[in-house]
Amino acid sequence: METESIIKSFKEKFPSDILETVEKNQKRVTVSIKPDAIINAAEYLYKSAGFRFIIASALHTKRGFEIHYHFSKDSCGLILNIHVILDRINPEIESLSNMFSASNWIEREMHELFGINFLNHPNQEKLISEGNWAEGVYPYRKDFKSVTDEKE
Amino acid sequence: MSKKTLIPIGPYHPLQEEPELFKLYCDGEIVRDIKWETGYNHRGIEKLSESKTYEQVFFLVERICGICSTSHPFAFANAVEEIAGIEPTNRAKYIRSIIGELERIHSHLLWVGLAGHFLGYNTVFMWAWKYREPVLDLFEMITGNRNSYAMFKVGGVRRDIENHKIAAIRKTLSDIKTKTDLLTGAVMDDPVIHARTKGVGILTKQDVIDYAAVGPTARASGVAVDVRKDDPYAAYPLVNWKVITAEAGDVFAKAEVRLLEMYESVSIIEQCLQGLEKEKEGDINVKVNEIPEGIGNGRAEAPRGEVFHFVVSDGSNSPARHKIRAPSYVNIATFKKSCIGQTISDATITLAAVDPCYCCTERMAVVYDAKSGRKIMNARELIDRSVSRTLDLKKECKSNR
Repeated sequence: METESIIKSFKEKFPSDILETVEKNQKRVTVSIKPDAIINAAEYLYKSAGFRFIIASALHTKRGFEIHYHFSKDSCGLILNIHVILDRINPEIESLSNMFSASNWIEREMHELFGINFLNHPNQEKLISEGNWAEGVYPYRKDFKSVTDEKE
Repeated sequence: MSKKTLIPIGPYHPLQEEPELFKLYCDGEIVRDIKWETGYNHRGIEKLSESKTYEQVFFLVERICGICSTSHPFAFANAVEEIAGIEPTNRAKYIRSIIGELERIHSHLLWVGLAGHFLGYNTVFMWAWKYREPVLDLFEMITGNRNSYAMFKVGGVRRDIENHKIAAIRKTLSDIKTKTDLLTGAVMDDPVIHARTKGVGILTKQDVIDYAAVGPTARASGVAVDVRKDDPYAAYPLVNWKVITAEAGDVFAKAEVRLLEMYESVSIIEQCLQGLEKEKEGDINVKVNEIPEGIGNGRAEAPRGEVFHFVVSDGSNSPARHKIRAPSYVNIATFKKSCIGQTISDATITLAAVDPCYCCTERMAVVYDAKSGRKIMNARELIDRSVSRTLDLKKECKSNR
């Protein structure tokens, strides 16, 4: 019951920004929104609805770059995936790190591994491969060729 | 401006899943700022996972962490079973929960031992690790391995816990319980441990929410987040237990939460064993035909907090994308709040309180003068400083009596 009322109020709050909603069951819901709305959506979930930010997952697919922001509502075990699709050539989206510190590291990681640019990030330095990795090479992209790939 | 000293800790933590370099910027004794560098041992497991089949990924994710090696396969199994819509049998669920809880007991004992070591209480260290040993023997008996148990697969578990083994498990559990009593008494009632840990490295409730910390780190600050209760999986909805929380948020509260959690784990295992006796032996598998297209969010409560696995399937026999978030990823970031303003001798135990196991201090920490680059202290001296502070407090306690 709680899940339904949460999803309903979320839909009412952002009627024009929601592109698609997939309710797999009471505990797993995926909502696709426009990338411009991410700050408002995250602010509503974190500050008003009491969600906890778990992590964000970036994907490199045929549609371009996608990010799933995973939010958890611990009182009812709900995981709400906020899904955005970014531009194929120049992927960029607003950073959430000014709202909560939990997204600081993962945004740096996605910037480093996928080359997604986070606007207004307080410190978008490399997290993992500082000083020992080439600029502009993003290993988690699908078109990345590793040494073993090239040998074949 | 006063001279600041840089203390590097790390980069290699052999017991930690992510080796890191901590740089403590100190003004005299007080830590003023902390910075870290990560990625010394980045293995690209998320990318590797895309080249493995679902069955192989279990063995890969099991090797993310050596101590909580079952929590990653647990979360991955939950994610894949969510995509495929599979419900394991009750016997498999009980076995999964037994493995998960036994692991929590041995991981918490390991932490108590290390925490004692860094406070200068080597007796606690010896005790805790001695009592941890029977748990590992139990693992060897029921899974064949002391660590990296290889028990999980999509739709069930690989090995059954036969009913004739249950009596031996019960015997070990009752031993663990009496030993935990002993250990809890020693830690909770010792005035010196109180003096060294109470009010040290406080993490407030707001900090926990800001950093989205999980596990005992969050529960010690009064945030009752526990996946086993919030989003029940495996046998956890079938048994009775309660989430342990504390309010203070200091090192003592974190120790308290971990020690009391071990009693809950023992109780969960006992109930699971009762459940196991009612189920048919050997009924541990559900046949899986294929993993359809879709996304799965799997999570499991590791000893250190929530493990989260996000799996995207494109209908082939390997994941199209596999995102892993270990609990230390969010917990380590809280050092920025808990360490600043502490003294150097308290910084070691504050860092250890989050449980990113800390034996590297022994080998790696060296104090350099930030300006001249001259070596001031090595790791041994740094630990000696923490130990001598405990000894001073002990003397003080004696003279006050």
